[in-house]
Amino acid sequence: MWRAACIVIALLVACVETFSQGLAGLPAPEGVDLTGSWVSQQWTEGGGPGGANDRKPYDFLGIPMSDAAKAWALSHSEERLSEPERQCGFYTPVYHAFGFGPMNLWREDEYQAGTTLAWVIGGFQDFKPQVMWMDGRAHPGEYAPHRVEGFTTGVWKDDVLVTTTTHMTQGLMHRRAPHSDRATLTMRFSRHDNILSVTGRVDDPIYLTAPLYVSKEWTLAPGAPRNRAVPPCTIAFEGISEGQVQRFLPGQNPNVDEMTRLWGIPVEAAAGGEETMYPEYRKKLKNTYVRPKKVYRQD
Amino acid sequence: MSNPLKHLLFSCGTVVLAAMLPGMQNPAQAQGGRGAGRGAAAQPPPTARAAAPFDPTGYWVSVITNNWRVRMVPPPLSDYRDVPLTDAAKKIADAWDPAVDEAAHNECKYYGAASLMFQPTRLHITWQDDQTLRMDTDAGTQTRIFRFGKDKAAAGQRSWQGDSVASWEARRPPAGRGMNDSPGRYLKVTTTNMLAGYLRKNGIPYSENAVLTEYYDLFQYPDGTTMMIVTIAVDDPQFLNRQYIVIAHFKKESDASKWDPSPCSARW
Repeated sequence: MWRAACIVIALLVACVETFSQGLAGLPAPEGVDLTGSWVSQQWTEGGGPGGANDRKPYDFLGIPMSDAAKAWALSHSEERLSEPERQCGFYTPVYHAFGFGPMNLWREDEYQAGTTLAWVIGGFQDFKPQVMWMDGRAHPGEYAPHRVEGFTTGVWKDDVLVTTTTHMTQGLMHRRAPHSDRATLTMRFSRHDNILSVTGRVDDPIYLTAPLYVSKEWTLAPGAPRNRAVPPCTIAFEGISEGQVQRFLPGQNPNVDEMTRLWGIPVEAAAGGEETMYPEYRKKLKNTYVRPKKVYRQD
Repeated sequence: MSNPLKHLLFSCGTVVLAAMLPGMQNPAQAQGGRGAGRGAAAQPPPTARAAAPFDPTGYWVSVITNNWRVRMVPPPLSDYRDVPLTDAAKKIADAWDPAVDEAAHNECKYYGAASLMFQPTRLHITWQDDQTLRMDTDAGTQTRIFRFGKDKAAAGQRSWQGDSVASWEARRPPAGRGMNDSPGRYLKVTTTNMLAGYLRKNGIPYSENAVLTEYYDLFQYPDGTTMMIVTIAVDDPQFLNRQYIVIAHFKKESDASKWDPSPCSARW
């Protein structure tokens, strides 16, 4: 009897040990935990001067736009966004992590294998949720259809989440400069304590002559509401009737000199271009920039 | 102790030990994998240079794609929108006069550590010694010194660049049993003991009580481009209502051919 009791005890110990090993044997969570609601005070560009909150219709400072992009920008009217056909057009991921609103991140697991299927950025108003596949699947082929949210895969590299997005439709990016449907977005999610730095690089053979780097800072906001889905978009009359296309004909864009009138910045700089990204461009500005006597106030 | 009881204890102990043995092997294997077996002699911690997870040295140029209007040109007076200034700080900014700074030889007030990295500039980063990184900027011809291995900066005389304590930080805490150690680290630099300066070249002030915390990431892209991304957080209980965070991009350059030192200027 004593021997039987001893065997039972030994079996129990073995079971517990084996079970604990089994748990430890599951794939360890990859990378760092990005889960949560993140908010940005918009200091870096998003709401900063020259940024989206302070955005002017013709402000492409520091954006390496090609001649094709500059031509597109000259014809672009912001009223396009009120066309009934475009009101529910949504923004592509190039705008998402660098635009307005909170950013909710969560991980989707494959529960049996314990592996990560995807990281997801929740939708918000005019952004669709962005699924960043982590399971090693390939991007669609060259002729696969493009969607506004594109197709995104991700990997962890040195505990930084690195994602690649392709197959987007044409859209708007940083300060409403255009990107083409051939653009590729690479994002890096780098967490430092409770600050999440998201850096994007946009490569676009049509509208950019060099990669565009854009970053935004986020801080963790426990308890902030999470948006897992996109609210329904309802088309309303915003002053533009169906079938009307809003655009400016060549030479008729009234906004071209707005940055000059408000901020003293030369039109050539506002048009963007690769050279405007680098410190040496200040030498050109020194003789053309006119510092305004007082600050222009939007509010 | 009776013989049957001895026998029972011996049997049970043997079986239980046998059952636990596989579990006891894991930590030993893990330690052995890192070359830190029990018998190994204690090694001194590696120097900051030896422990560096990436190479920050070389020439770098800022890539000004964000906040261009307040970085590439001096913004207008009182343009403090989007900086969380206190009312007292706004009054100081409203009264700013570059001539006063020039007369007091304070042209470098905009080249202090809290704003230097957000300027259009080139950087030259070198190891001064195994525990010290040196960063030179051509804008304003400034030098920053990042000292590793210290918890606290020495409280010497205040300067534009202050005292900077640096460390390589893991992105996650050390993993527990059966999990991998964090493979990714970044450079964290905390700077105090600065002279009061400006966040923008229009007199937006930060005080000498400001604390600057920077996080340096280095990213390599498939086309060979190397970028250094610096997340800059400024805390100033005197002049900021809350933490002010911005991000600056730097692109690695192959040589010093575009290095262009310039003196501090209060106006341009």
